[in-house]
Order: sequence, then structure tokens, then C-alpha cells
Amino acid sequence: MNEAGAIKTHGPGAHQPGPVDAYEQRAFGFWLYLMSDAIIFALLFATYTVMLGNSAGGPTGKMIFDLSNTIAETALLLFSSLTFGFATLALRAGKRLEVLGWLVVTFALGLGFVAVEFHEFTGMVQAGAGPDRSGFLSAFFTLVGTHGLHVSLGLIWILVMVGQVMAKGLTQPVSSRLLRLGLFWHFLDIVWIAIFSVVYLPGVM
Amino acid sequence: MLGRLTIDALPFYSWVAMGGASVVVLGALAVAAAITWFGAWRYLWREWLTSVDHKRIGIMYITLALVMLVRGFVDAIMMRAQQAFALNSDGYLPPSHFEQIFSSHGTIMIFFMAMPFLSGLINIVVPQQIGARDVAFPFLNSVSLWLTAAGAALVMVSLVIGKFSTAGWTGYPPYSGAQFNPGVGVDYWLWAVLISGVGSTLTGINFVVTIVKRRAPGLTLMRMPLFTWTALCSSTMIIFAFPALTVACTMLALDRTFGMHFFTNADGGNLMNYANIFWMWGHPEVYILVLPAFGVFSEVVATFSGKRLFAYRSLVFATAAITLLSFTVWLHHFFTMGASASVNAFFGIATMTIAIPTGVKVFDWLFTMYRGRIRFHPSMVWTIGFMVTFVIGGMSGVLLALPPADYLMHNTTFLVAHFHNMIIPGVLFGYLAGYMYWFPKAVGFTLEERWGRWSFWCWIVGFMLAFMPLYALGFMGMPRRMEHYNVAEWQPYLAVAGLGAVIILLGIACLVIQLAVSVKAWRTARDLNGDPWDGRTLEWLTSSPPAPYNFAVLPEVKDIDAFLDMKRRGVAYQKPTAYVDIHMPKNSGLGPVVGGLALLLGFAVVWHIWWLAGLCALGLGTTVILRASDDDTEFCLPASEVEKIEDQRYRAMASDIRASDVDRPLFPARPIPEVAT
Amino acid sequence: MGASNDNSVHGLSTYLTGFMLALILTAIPFGLVISQSLARMPTLIAIGIAAVLQVLVHLRFFLHMNLKTTPRENIVALAFAATLILVMVGGTLWIMFNLHHRMMV
Repeated sequence: MNEAGAIKTHGPGAHQPGPVDAYEQRAFGFWLYLMSDAIIFALLFATYTVMLGNSAGGPTGKMIFDLSNTIAETALLLFSSLTFGFATLALRAGKRLEVLGWLVVTFALGLGFVAVEFHEFTGMVQAGAGPDRSGFLSAFFTLVGTHGLHVSLGLIWILVMVGQVMAKGLTQPVSSRLLRLGLFWHFLDIVWIAIFSVVYLPGVM
Repeated sequence: MLGRLTIDALPFYSWVAMGGASVVVLGALAVAAAITWFGAWRYLWREWLTSVDHKRIGIMYITLALVMLVRGFVDAIMMRAQQAFALNSDGYLPPSHFEQIFSSHGTIMIFFMAMPFLSGLINIVVPQQIGARDVAFPFLNSVSLWLTAAGAALVMVSLVIGKFSTAGWTGYPPYSGAQFNPGVGVDYWLWAVLISGVGSTLTGINFVVTIVKRRAPGLTLMRMPLFTWTALCSSTMIIFAFPALTVACTMLALDRTFGMHFFTNADGGNLMNYANIFWMWGHPEVYILVLPAFGVFSEVVATFSGKRLFAYRSLVFATAAITLLSFTVWLHHFFTMGASASVNAFFGIATMTIAIPTGVKVFDWLFTMYRGRIRFHPSMVWTIGFMVTFVIGGMSGVLLALPPADYLMHNTTFLVAHFHNMIIPGVLFGYLAGYMYWFPKAVGFTLEERWGRWSFWCWIVGFMLAFMPLYALGFMGMPRRMEHYNVAEWQPYLAVAGLGAVIILLGIACLVIQLAVSVKAWRTARDLNGDPWDGRTLEWLTSSPPAPYNFAVLPEVKDIDAFLDMKRRGVAYQKPTAYVDIHMPKNSGLGPVVGGLALLLGFAVVWHIWWLAGLCALGLGTTVILRASDDDTEFCLPASEVEKIEDQRYRAMASDIRASDVDRPLFPARPIPEVAT
Repeated sequence: MGASNDNSVHGLSTYLTGFMLALILTAIPFGLVISQSLARMPTLIAIGIAAVLQVLVHLRFFLHMNLKTTPRENIVALAFAATLILVMVGGTLWIMFNLHHRMMV
């Protein structure tokens, strides 16, 4: 029997944070991490812009950027955002095999992105346009490379989630992690928009 | 095999260095021996090192902070001694050593004393103040602690193996770059800062989510205690400022390790960009440090004046204003780097503007005290000492905010006096006040008060003697960081400053004695009911120390000063009709594992032991994946257990009848539930 | 299972719409640069506008951000981040180009 004013143990006043709240907290916490990551990228962009002219007599963007690479990378990443969206829809519908399928497709597209970028970078390094050649190149490689590193870590995360979905199915913790992976993946595509808009397109003009 | 690590890394090249190394090694051995003597390894691992309980993590943070306070102070007194004697003489410290000392002094005090201290206080207090059971991410909390400890350990290791940075706590290139500083010192600094920076960022995220999402029912934002508000704002600033530190330091590390050209003299480097990005973090950082101290002052002033805080809303808005404005003033750290008058003027005006919200706070505290019934508990004494001294530093800051004035005083001892005038009375007095205020809550007995007051007097007199002369010296033209000098007029001032440092040493001794005396006499100073100061906020509702779950039943909040409100309504200690099972997070050894791997990783990168670095990185990744695949991270504390713990508490409360209760006519006698004995 | 109220039909059209819009907003700047049909400054402005719009498309259609269902604290965090990015990037550009002009670095 609860007297008026007594501490309630049940009912609306006795809110004990339940598992649903725990996942909302995780999603919000991850969002805050993404905001901090956005600041990191913003500062890398600012540094790149400041160092655009610092080629030190070496290769400039116009000399080394090849838009066909950029188009391939953009297409791969944009399609992978779409396929991750399909994975999310399958997740909401509780269709385990579809989730796995779309995760694998997303992984393949992402891997393609990393492969093209790796090929691009090694080509530049071999042509004497590595990150140690000039300030401009240091800024370029660090900005685009940090994004590529994030994508690579995302690929590892996709593999981990494939493993978890196979082993545990679409449980609440697994779904919560998949949704956070989705936030991460879409965030990286947003950063890529900035990269081709600030680095590659103006670079070849 | 061992990168660039050779036997030459050991400090046999100088007696002073050997002395420092011996203290570290012997100190570590002594601690290990003591733990072995008491047979406490198991207990330590199970109950503390693997704990994910915010209260224990908080105590460990503060322990780290107090140890590093002593460590950083050793640097300070060594510098004061050198400067007091080094007129036309080499003193006892060669320049390279002096440079390491001023670099490690700043690095330790900011990253490994102040940041852990604030993380510790917020950890212990805020979940209780908001009526929650723990922070949002208890495991991440543990990881943050151990990453911070790993950074501190890296700095300590540099005393024994290799050297520390000579580039100051800010590490400006190109001096900190590979060309002028090819050794390991700057690398030690970089990795200590980067590793602990990750820990701090995670802490910021943890606290923001906790405060936004885990408040007790009825605790709206505008009913939150001021310490919680400042914790929220400080944590927000951490999330958004630390990325800048990460970027600046990573770019410097890339320059040093991979030969890149962000900040080099040649090949297109732009060294000025380092100062730009570094201070984008550096300025918010000082507000990150001071806001929780302001929060402490708000709590202490209200409690020990026996009055509600004056103009609560203005305190909240002032805090929010500081949070935003602190990101708009960073250029005042490099007025003299050569920007135009327009740029300098903009940032100068912004800097002056940010003094206003702090001024509002000081007036609010004064008006809270006005017509209050003031109790001179040591925390209150620290607070009044702060109010008197901090304002001087604020004024010197407004003076420095004028670019033409700053051109004369930049990098003189005037600047050194200014920022110590902010940090010591502002940050440190605040944290020490918080330490003495919340000590009984965390540990279960109160600190002895006389030694607390004596410590304060030593600190404030010592501070005045150590730093007021530095203002004068700055006007007289003395630059900062001088290992020796030839201007005779300066020496008397530096001698007084040296005396000030000795008196501060006495203050630290008083703190140590206070702790020892209090521990020895703990039985007579027990806080049996959890509310030793007649507090106003919810943390005083729990027992001292609190049960692992803090509250058996989450409180319902109806007003500001929620606990005081509950006491007045007579519902503070009502026994619930039934208890429920409580889900608690399990302890985890992965926190210390992450810290250990991070320490090894940092060490490996510093010494270019690439295979070890790779292994550690792999280990860290594996640990993350393991934890991220673990769905069994909680255990259930059954309601019967909860009831037992609560009944024990009610019994303790009933046995604690104090004479002071009779003098409090405002409240009915505390209604304590009857429990079978 | 999550706060979104999209069922699979609505959800699918959201993603496909977002994808098509993103494709168009990508093709336009790439096309302008490759064909060189505009002068430098107008091209740069077009790239900028397309980028901002595409970011909004991603936020709306892929991240499902909107003023109704997205929790308030997420929007506040995003707004604060956006403000700080403007201050930090804008401040950096102003400061560093000013320094470059005066210090020739």
C-alpha cells in the first residue's frame, strides 16, 4: 500500500531505466561521438584548405587527381549507403537472411571503395607525390586517408555484425549495434560528399 | 628488435635524472610491496581495478589526481629553487633538464591532475545528484579511467627510460618537430596526451548522456543542481574541444614519425596552424577545468550559507554562455603571431566579453552569502579564498585581452602569474573544496577540519607569495621559462616566489596529514546518516558511502534543492513498502587491459618498436570486438539483498543522534523508519 | 525495435528517393567540372550548394532526421556541432589567410 507522498515502487513514478532506455542512451552516445568526429574532419578540411598552395614546388592536385577514381569511389560509397538502407529495412522487418545478404553487399562495395582508394594512393606515392613530399600532400593524404581509415574500420565492424547476426540472430543488442553501424556508415558518406566537393572537384579545375 | 631503445635511455647521465628515476622506481616497488604485505592484490583487482562503479572509479581518479599533484608540484619547487638562485649562475639544473621540468609540470598539472580530479568529482557526485544508479556507460567509464592512467604512466616512465619533452606543455613546432627534436621526449608527450585525450572524450560523452537521459522523475533541467549543470556544460565542451587537440597532436606526430610537412619549416609546412588548432582546444580546456570548480562553489556556498542559490537561472545562463563563448576566443593565445589589427581586435573583444558571465557568477555567490547563516567549514573557507584571489587573475586576464598590452606581456612571467592566478584559486581551490565537501559521502567519514583550514591558509599565503611577484617581474620584462638570468633586480622577487613555493609545500603536507589523521580517527568521524552538512541536493540522501546502486528506489523530485525539499516535506527517509530487483553492471577486467595495451602501444610508438605497436593495436581491436560481442554484462541484485542493505542503513541512522539536530528548528525530527535490530 | 515509424514500404521509398536525389546532386557538380561549361567561381558555388543540399538529403532520407521524430537532444547536438564547425573552420580560414598575407608563410 502506497501512502500519498511515499516513495513509489511501481507505476509512473518508479521509473527504473529499462533495456529500451539503454539502447536510446547508446544511440545518443554514439551520435555525440559522431559529432566529435565531425569536428575532427572539419579541422582536417580547414587545414587542407589552408595548405592548398603549399606544394613546395612539387605535384599539385591538378597533376595527380584523376576524376575517374573519384567517380568510382563516389558511386561505390553511395550505392553502399543504399544497400545498408536495405539492410536496415530488412532488420526492421526481422528478416535475418536478408540482413546478412545486404550487409555482405555493403561490405563488398565498401571494400571496392577502399581498394580504389588504396590503388590511387599507392600510385601517387610511386609517382613521388607521397604525403612526405609537401605540406599540401600531407594535408591531402591525412584528410582523405582518415576517411578511408574510418571506412576500413567500418568494414571490420560489418564483418563483426555479420558474425553476430549469424551467431545470435536479430536480438535487441545486435539490432541496436546494427543501427549504430548505420549511423556510422551514412556519416562517412556525408564526409565523402565534402571530400569530393572540397578536394577533388576544385582540385582538377 | 627494440626500435631505437638502447641502454643509453637509462638516466645515468645526470644525478638529478637518476634521483627522479629512483623515486619513480622505488615508489612503484614500495606500493607493490605494501599491497603484497597486506595480501591485497586479489581484493584490489576484484573490488577496485575492474570496478565499473562510478563511485569507485571516481575515487581512483581523485587518487591519481592527488598523486600527480605532488608529482607536478615537485617540478614546481625545483623550478622555483633554480630561479631563486640562478642570478649570473647556472644553478643546479642544466637547461635541457629545466626545459623538461617546465614541460612536464604543465603537462602533468593540466592532463593528469586537473582533468582526473574533475572526472573524479563528477563521477562520484553527479549520478547521485540526478537520482541515478550509475553513469550511462559504466564500462566505458572504466576504460576512460585506465586510458588516463596509461597517459600518466607514460609520463612517469619517461623519467626512467629516455627523457621527457623540452618543448613545453604546448609543444609548438618547429621546435617540437623531428628536425629540432629528434629524440623521444616530444613523442612521450604526444602519446601521453593523445591516449588520455581519448579517455577524456569518452568521459565527456558518458556524462552528457548520463545527465540528459538518466535523471530521476521530476528532475527537469531547471531543477538540476548547479554542479550537475556545470558538469553537463564542461562535458559538452570536452566532446567538442578535444577533437582539436587530437588533430593538432596527430599532425605533429605524423610530421615526426612519417616525415610529413604539416608544421615543418621547409616543404610547405605552416607552423602557425599548429598554434591555431592547438588553442582551439586549449582555450575551451581551461573552461572545462574551471566550470566544475564553479559548480562546487555554488553547492558549497548554498549549503554553508543555509540559503538557496541567488538567481539560479542567471547562474545557468552564465554557464551556458561560457560554454559557447569559450570556443570563440582562442586567438588571444597568439596575439603576437602577426595577425592584423582587425583579427586581434575581434578576439580581444570576445575575450573581454567572456569575463562577464563569470562576474555574474561571483555576484550571485556573494548575494547568496548575504544574510545567510555562514558556517566556516573548510570548503567554505576555500570558496571565500577563491573569491578574493580569483578576481585579481580575472582582471589581469582582461588586461591581457587587449592586444597592444599583450604584445608587452605575452610570454612574460605576467602571463604565468595570470594563468596560475586562475587555475590555483579557481580550479584547485574548487576541487579541494569539493574533495573536502564530498569526502564523507564517498568514503563514510569526515575529514578533520583544522588541518583542512591550515592547508588552506598555507595554500593561499603560499600562492600569493609565489605568484604576485611574478606579476611585477612580468612588468619588469622577465620572460617565462628562464633557466638563468643576469638582471639583479629580479632576484629578490624570485626569492619571495621560492618562499611561496615552500609554503605551498607546507599546504600539501597539511593535506597529507589531514588525510592520515582522518583515516586514523575514522571511527569518531563516521557519517552515519549520509547527510553530514545538512545538505540540499540528492547526493546527501544516499548513505555514506552509498550502496552500490545508490538509491533503492529512485527519488521523485518536486523542486530545486530536491533533498532539502524532501526533508521539509518529511518524506526523505521513508521506507518503501516493497523493494525491487536491481540490475547492476558486472565488473570487467577489460578496462585495465585496454589501459595496459594503450600504455604499451604508446611506449612502442615512442621507441619505434613497430612490431610491438602492431601487436598492441591488434590487441586493442580484439578487446573492443570482444566487449562489443558480449551481451551478458549485467547481474541482478535481488530485492532481498537490497532490503538487507537498506535495513542496515536505517539501523546506522537510528544510532546517530547528534546534539546539532536539536538546534535545527526548521525541520521536524528526522523520521527514521523502524527496523528490527 | 527502434524509434522510426517507417514500415517497409514507406522505408523503401525513403531510401530510393534519397538515393535518386543524391545521384542527381552528385551528377551536377561532376558534370559541371568535367564539361567546364561555367567559369571557375560559378562552378565552385554550384559545387558548394549541391554539396550542402546532398548532405541535407542524406540527413533526411538516410539518417531519418526531422524536426518531429528525432529526439531534441540529437538536434541540439547537431546544431551545436554545426555552429562550432562554422566558427572553427571560418575562424581558421580568416586567421590563417590573414597571417599568410602579413607573414608570408
